[in-house]
Amino acid sequence: MFKLVARKEMSAGTVILNEIEAPLIARKAKPGQFVILKANETGERIPLTMADSDPEKGTITVIYQVVGKSTALFKTLQVGDGYQDVIGPLGRPTHIEKVGKVVCVGGGTGTAVMYPITRGLKEIGNHVIAIIGARTKDLLILEDEMRAASHELHVCTDDGSYGHHGFVTEVLGRVLGEEDIKLVVAIGPVPMMKAVSKVTKEYGVPTLVSLNPIMVDGTGMCGGCRVTVGGETKFACVDGPEFDGHLVDYDELTLRLQGYREDEEHCYNEFCVSAA
Amino acid sequence: MAEEATEKTRREQIDRQAMPQQDPKVRAKNFDEVPLGYSPETAVKEAERCLQCRNPACVTGCPVGVDIPGFIHHIKEGEFTEAIRNLWGKNSLPAVCGRVCPQEIQCEQKCILAKKGDSVAIGNLERFAADYEREHGSGALPPKAEATGRRVAVIGSGPAGLTVAGDLILKGHEVTVFEAFHKPGGVLIYGIPEFRLPKAIVAQEVNFLERLGVKVVCDQVVQRTVMIDELFEEGYEAVFIGVGAGLPTFLDVPGKNLIGIYSANEYLTRANLMKAYRFPEYDTPIIRGKNVVTLGAGNVAMDSARTALRLGADSSRIVYRRSRAEVPARIEEVHHAEEEGVEFHFLAAPTRFIGNERGRVVGMECERMCLGEPDESGRCRPVPVEGAEFELECDLVIVAVGAGANPLLTKATPGLKLNKRGYVVADEKTGKTTKKGVWAGGDIVTGSATVILAMGAGRIAADSIHDYLTWGW
Repeated sequence: MFKLVARKEMSAGTVILNEIEAPLIARKAKPGQFVILKANETGERIPLTMADSDPEKGTITVIYQVVGKSTALFKTLQVGDGYQDVIGPLGRPTHIEKVGKVVCVGGGTGTAVMYPITRGLKEIGNHVIAIIGARTKDLLILEDEMRAASHELHVCTDDGSYGHHGFVTEVLGRVLGEEDIKLVVAIGPVPMMKAVSKVTKEYGVPTLVSLNPIMVDGTGMCGGCRVTVGGETKFACVDGPEFDGHLVDYDELTLRLQGYREDEEHCYNEFCVSAA
Repeated sequence: MAEEATEKTRREQIDRQAMPQQDPKVRAKNFDEVPLGYSPETAVKEAERCLQCRNPACVTGCPVGVDIPGFIHHIKEGEFTEAIRNLWGKNSLPAVCGRVCPQEIQCEQKCILAKKGDSVAIGNLERFAADYEREHGSGALPPKAEATGRRVAVIGSGPAGLTVAGDLILKGHEVTVFEAFHKPGGVLIYGIPEFRLPKAIVAQEVNFLERLGVKVVCDQVVQRTVMIDELFEEGYEAVFIGVGAGLPTFLDVPGKNLIGIYSANEYLTRANLMKAYRFPEYDTPIIRGKNVVTLGAGNVAMDSARTALRLGADSSRIVYRRSRAEVPARIEEVHHAEEEGVEFHFLAAPTRFIGNERGRVVGMECERMCLGEPDESGRCRPVPVEGAEFELECDLVIVAVGAGANPLLTKATPGLKLNKRGYVVADEKTGKTTKKGVWAGGDIVTGSATVILAMGAGRIAADSIHDYLTWGW
């Protein structure tokens, strides 16, 4: 049993923060790595990249958007309740080194994953420009944290309810044109990472993205999370989750993410009905 | 003398007792066990057939050296408790072995009765003894040696690891098993389907070890959650690596990542470990194809094709690039599969998977093969036949063409020598690796093999670990 020690609802209850007691994982976790969580006996195993970890307190933090039954189930957990299983740290940690000026782009809940990496890049001595975006003001998360973790922060909303009215790629394009950027890291929905990579390719700037395919085991034994990078098959759980953004086959990933669409909708609807 | 002769004749006239089993048409729709098990009367009758050879050849065919005439004699006498105790002396997972061992190429093949007729049904009897104990036994445990205070870490709770744990706990050592998954058993729980090996039975076999004192901790990925060197620092003196092969092999042909193309590992893990066959009672989904193709013809392929039938397939086909004579699966599994309606297409291999606009597989193009010269495995190399391409309609493809060495632990452990293909190099006689205090056995050393061979390797390593703890490296 992995107990919840803290819980926060954000974005009108659609985005949830869970701080979970997992001392062994907390001691080893590095930015960019993820955990697999299972709520109960019948629950799915799902991956969530860690937004934070505290080795002294012995806790890890995940931030997730409620998009289906499993995340809806996680949302029902209160402080003192627990996840039946939390496994990690999995995946390769982000390679963090001092290169000069870097841009960190976070889209939606991707900002949660971007946060520890942004902090790491700043701590090692890079000049960090952060760009975070969401569809609307209510869906923006970790604005204060990202401001503290960077040297300059730009905020965007698709609907203009806050900050720059437009996509993160517009601000990114401007920054790339004005500054000598050595690295871009982008984490968010697949269309966003694809769009960012397209922009950075034109400027020839190395780009890292963190992929989110469907996973089952997380340790490289099933191949369910396979993605094509540079024409080669890679497993996001052991070779990633970060990859060279210019080499990822985003279209294939987008299709594969739809693999269980009907079953997922059925389960989520049933869950919402029974919860009501 | 006359009495003996009459007794011998009577015994020889007993036919091998058939194992009652579910009707093929019925069982192809459920996940219950196919063989139903002997009744005590049938078991005793079968046990009478054993000639109690003075130099039993059957024992030489058993990778863990079970005292076969010994436990069978107890069954014959109705001494079922003594039978299981005898079995536990050499085999800590008899309920598992009685179900999944390929006895027909091991103990039963060597049985003297097999020369002229049917061997003694050793596997069925082993299963009987284990099941009887589980259902009617007192729960009394075999005796343990005096506590030695020495600590052993076992990585992986599959058959190799569980055997090491069982052997060493009885020798008085403290044993902790570290399992990456959320439930213990390894292939016993994720690979072998419910209808061949009920998970409740695996849980009870593990529980037996826990009652003996073995600690089993799940959700621990060694070399991620905890490191081998930390285990030594914490006071463990020996470590056994039994993490299994666990790296799926895919065919490198166009369309290989279409939705509906699974590795057998993923398909079986969803079905068996995550119980997707009970979706939506269990949350993990699985694609239930109507026209299913399984590539490969080993035991894993049989398990996959048979699971697909139970998940509602109208047709479940095996497509294998060699011929029936080369099929590596256990004869009994092939037989069960065919009875249930699995069709076999031999000498065929896919060249391309065809998908629809939603990225889902709808068919595959195949070429016909013929058998050429033998390759390094000794089997005839399949060679494509020109101009004989054909197409198969399918909405689910399970790729069961073998597994390689998962590098998660092996590549993260300096000092642990690996061979060219990433398997751990371990001494055949002791299981020792090149890293001091570390042993290995099972599929991570040999490549994909069987449960019983992994157990045999576990036995060898446990003996060596015990010697090390007693006498030194």
